Amino acid sequence: MTVPAGAYLVLSAALFTLGTVGVLVRRTALVLFMSIELMLNAVNLAFVTLARVHGNLDGQLAAFFVLVVAAVEVVVGLSILVHIFRTRDTVDVDEVDLLRG
Amino acid sequence: MEVLLFAVSAVLSLAGGLGVVAARQPVHSALSLLVVLGALAILYLTLAAEFLAVLQVIVYAGAIVVLFLFVIMLLHARTPESRPSPVGAQAAVAVPLGLALWVGLSSAVLQLPAPVPRVPDGFGSTEAVGRELFGTFLLPFEVASLLLVVGIVAAVVLGSSPSSYDRRGREP
Repeated sequence: MTVPAGAYLVLSAALFTLGTVGVLVRRTALVLFMSIELMLNAVNLAFVTLARVHGNLDGQLAAFFVLVVAAVEVVVGLSILVHIFRTRDTVDVDEVDLLRG
Repeated sequence: MEVLLFAVSAVLSLAGGLGVVAARQPVHSALSLLVVLGALAILYLTLAAEFLAVLQVIVYAGAIVVLFLFVIMLLHARTPESRPSPVGAQAAVAVPLGLALWVGLSSAVLQLPAPVPRVPDGFGSTEAVGRELFGTFLLPFEVASLLLVVGIVAAVVLGSSPSSYDRRGREP
């Protein structure tokens, strides 16, 4: 590989950071979900890069399981979101504060 | 060639990531996410992870983003972009903190052992990953299938009409 592994990992860190900032800054629950997907994908990129660095498939398998968990998370999260929208008529996370003490 | 592919994919994924965070319309965020996922699939190919690259396109781009778009159409037909967000102060803190996080992660990640220069033929192919999946990782694989079933059941329960949900779950 001619591109150093560090370049892939720095890119992965940048994508993870973008996802984190998205979670902190945005209020629409849908965009929060997408930012979380961004973070999961950044971690997947790190897994795949390190699998290549070590010549060991375990990293790719970890990325596979992250993919499965992300799919389940999106399905359950989005159906909860639709439910919240049905009862509260909003998906703004600042408005959904029923559990606030 | 690999350098060119990496540069193009890196620029595309960073631009897409910025789009996810900064786009005003959720639809634009979803389409930016699609760009990120496609660029990452290309990167997986350059990293000898063919199977994951295909999976990335099928599962993420094909299923998850479509699900996002579907829910956006369901919810946001009636709620266009709400009033300007009052998180300006929060963003002013979040961006420097994010930069600090990036610098910290990058500095941790740069002290790496030298990579294995060549991987054997068929590394990351469907056959190699499948053999690992049904050998070493058989138990996690079965647990993952159980998790998927739980997700399906949860989606069916949550997606059923509110009246039937009330009858089963709550006082009238």
